[in-house]
Amino acid sequence: MLELIWLIPALPLAGFLLILVFGRLLGEPKAGLLATAMVGASFLVTVAVFFDLLGRSAEERHHVETVFSWMPIGSLSIDMAFLADPLSITMALFVTGIGSLIHLYAVGYMHGDPKFSKFFLYLNLFVFSMLMLVMGENLLVTFLGWEGVGTCSYFLISFWHTRESAATAGKKAFVTNRVGDWGVMMGMFLAFGAAGTLSYEGINHAAENGAISGVTATAIALMLFVGACGKSAQLPLYIWLPDAMEGPTPVSALIHAATMVTAGVFLMTRVNPVIEIAYDWAPTIIAIVGVATALFAATIAVAQTDIKKVLAYSTVSQLGFMFLAVGSGAYVAAIFHMVTHAFFKALLFLGSGSVIHGMHHEQDMRRMGGLRLLMPVTALTFIVGWLAIAGVPPFAGFWSKDEILLYAFAKSPILYAVGLVTALLTAYYMTRQVIMVFFGEARWKDRSEEHGAHGDFHPHESPVTMLAPLVVLAGLSIVGGGLQLPFSKDLHFLEHWLEPVIEFGEADIKKTWAYDNKYLLLLVAVVVAAAGIAASVAVYAKKKMAPIEPTLLADGWRYDSSISRFMGGPGRKAFDGVAWADRTIVDGAVNGTGRLVQVAGEVLRKSQTGAVRNYAAAVGVGVVLLLLWFFLRGVVF
Amino acid sequence: MLSAATPTTTWYLVLAALLFAIGAVGVLVRRNPLVMFMCIELMLNAVNLSFVALAKRLGDIGGQTTVFFVMVVAAAEVVVGLGIIVSIMRRRPGATADDVAELKG
Repeated sequence: MLELIWLIPALPLAGFLLILVFGRLLGEPKAGLLATAMVGASFLVTVAVFFDLLGRSAEERHHVETVFSWMPIGSLSIDMAFLADPLSITMALFVTGIGSLIHLYAVGYMHGDPKFSKFFLYLNLFVFSMLMLVMGENLLVTFLGWEGVGTCSYFLISFWHTRESAATAGKKAFVTNRVGDWGVMMGMFLAFGAAGTLSYEGINHAAENGAISGVTATAIALMLFVGACGKSAQLPLYIWLPDAMEGPTPVSALIHAATMVTAGVFLMTRVNPVIEIAYDWAPTIIAIVGVATALFAATIAVAQTDIKKVLAYSTVSQLGFMFLAVGSGAYVAAIFHMVTHAFFKALLFLGSGSVIHGMHHEQDMRRMGGLRLLMPVTALTFIVGWLAIAGVPPFAGFWSKDEILLYAFAKSPILYAVGLVTALLTAYYMTRQVIMVFFGEARWKDRSEEHGAHGDFHPHESPVTMLAPLVVLAGLSIVGGGLQLPFSKDLHFLEHWLEPVIEFGEADIKKTWAYDNKYLLLLVAVVVAAAGIAASVAVYAKKKMAPIEPTLLADGWRYDSSISRFMGGPGRKAFDGVAWADRTIVDGAVNGTGRLVQVAGEVLRKSQTGAVRNYAAAVGVGVVLLLLWFFLRGVVF
Repeated sequence: MLSAATPTTTWYLVLAALLFAIGAVGVLVRRNPLVMFMCIELMLNAVNLSFVALAKRLGDIGGQTTVFFVMVVAAAEVVVGLGIIVSIMRRRPGATADDVAELKG
């Protein structure tokens, strides 16, 4: 079965090509169903591969399938090869699984859109690229997928490109990601320079054998982390993700919550031996950036009014948790949180999409309220997602977040404390969202006039193609924590599964205070989540306190506007200076060379008289001179 | 009293050099294309003469063989060259070599 892993990315690629050729012909909804079927088939193959791997011993859970030799250059040979190991298959499982659910959902959500088939074209291309990213056997194949998902993200954010804001948001995402891509490329060059290969196996072996020095490993780790910051929206490169909400909601769910943005975490986990042998401050930087992003984004989410913006900042915040885990050496926890987050965040996004769909494209939470009666299924599943992200046991998010906090405590209590505050805020703003959308009085009644054309304004429940994925994801959000329960070593399923990949980098916390008191930490986490929820209920449901939503937070600490002010002022001047230098110095050198040749030509053309006898004379003189030269050198005679 | 001087190889080489020089000077100083053309033939045959003389002296048939090649090439060259000259003359009667300077830079 493992020989067939190339099918996993090939199926969405086939879907992409089919829709490319026949998309218009198929139309709605066949194009969408075809795309869904392709990703679904890919999921089935992944499941088969998963069970094949599961049936093997830990050492044998590694298979490289080379499709063709991509760039054989001397001793360097880069293959288009796919890797099946516990990490890549875990990623592929949730990419294809959640991907097919979101495809199905999109069939309902994109109903009536004039570019219906094109949407699925991009979605399938995205899934293909994402699978290349996670299953690539070397950094270059991963990078190919990395760029592919970036491009698809750009296409899909600006999918409704006639809207100015959507087109701009797409460009912003693309440009910001370029900065990160520079980091990935530098990391790749460094890794190749140090290990002489780009394959993960080679690089990780080199790291484990000590063939890579500490300095180089630190540089590689930090450069790849720069790339991860771009793709996974960490400080200071997170700015593109909130704007990416301009895309259709299924896109936000698939790309900007569940899969693509976790690529950075995946990459760091993939090269965990390199991070392990890097200087100690390198992972500390990763942890600090992660926890700072988590707190920063959570404070912003508290004051957002757009239903999707709240979820966007919460995604940034949760990704921060994952990097906190990576920096604390808790790779299992990072992957665990990535999986559970994919479940509940995809659920929340799809739920918000269902609300937006039912509210006739209203996204402002201040104009919602009381929707639980009109959208019972959406409300119920959204509440499950809320409990999961808020960290209420026994929902999935509680277990994964707690594991991260446990490792963070083992690394430094400060990291733990900041993480705990973030968890409190998470529970607070998510409760706020649920109350504003689904409870309280209906604040949309007065909008009937605006909708005069449609008749009365009635929010309605979504079609079954949209609700089915919600129900499945809600189920996964409830039981997802079962992957890794803290109670006994036998319940660490994910840890045993991932062991061959991460055993070198995983931190050992057995002898720390945190490990001995992990049940106490569990209790603290429950109390904190309950406190956050209670505070939010008091403010937004019982109205005992005025909500604290300063505009500073609503504007995201003015981070965005500061950047544009800086880039518009001094930044612009600097670029003008660079442009001037380019025009005068670089272009000057080029033009000067051209001018020199021209002048020389003007002078030399005079020697070309066109008269045959002059040429004959020149030949004659030349022959004489040559003979003379030979004579003097004594070559002849 | 004139002894019957036996011509040696040197005589032939001197004659060849003289013929070559006359041809070269002719090419350089005359303007009539036909005359220039004949001067070139003169130079070629001067070289042929030296080939034959040296072949005889060195007892090597290679020099004589080369002469045949030179003659064949010269014949071909005459055909092409005369064709060009005739066509120039038709278009511009009385043109000299210096008048044909279209390649002037």
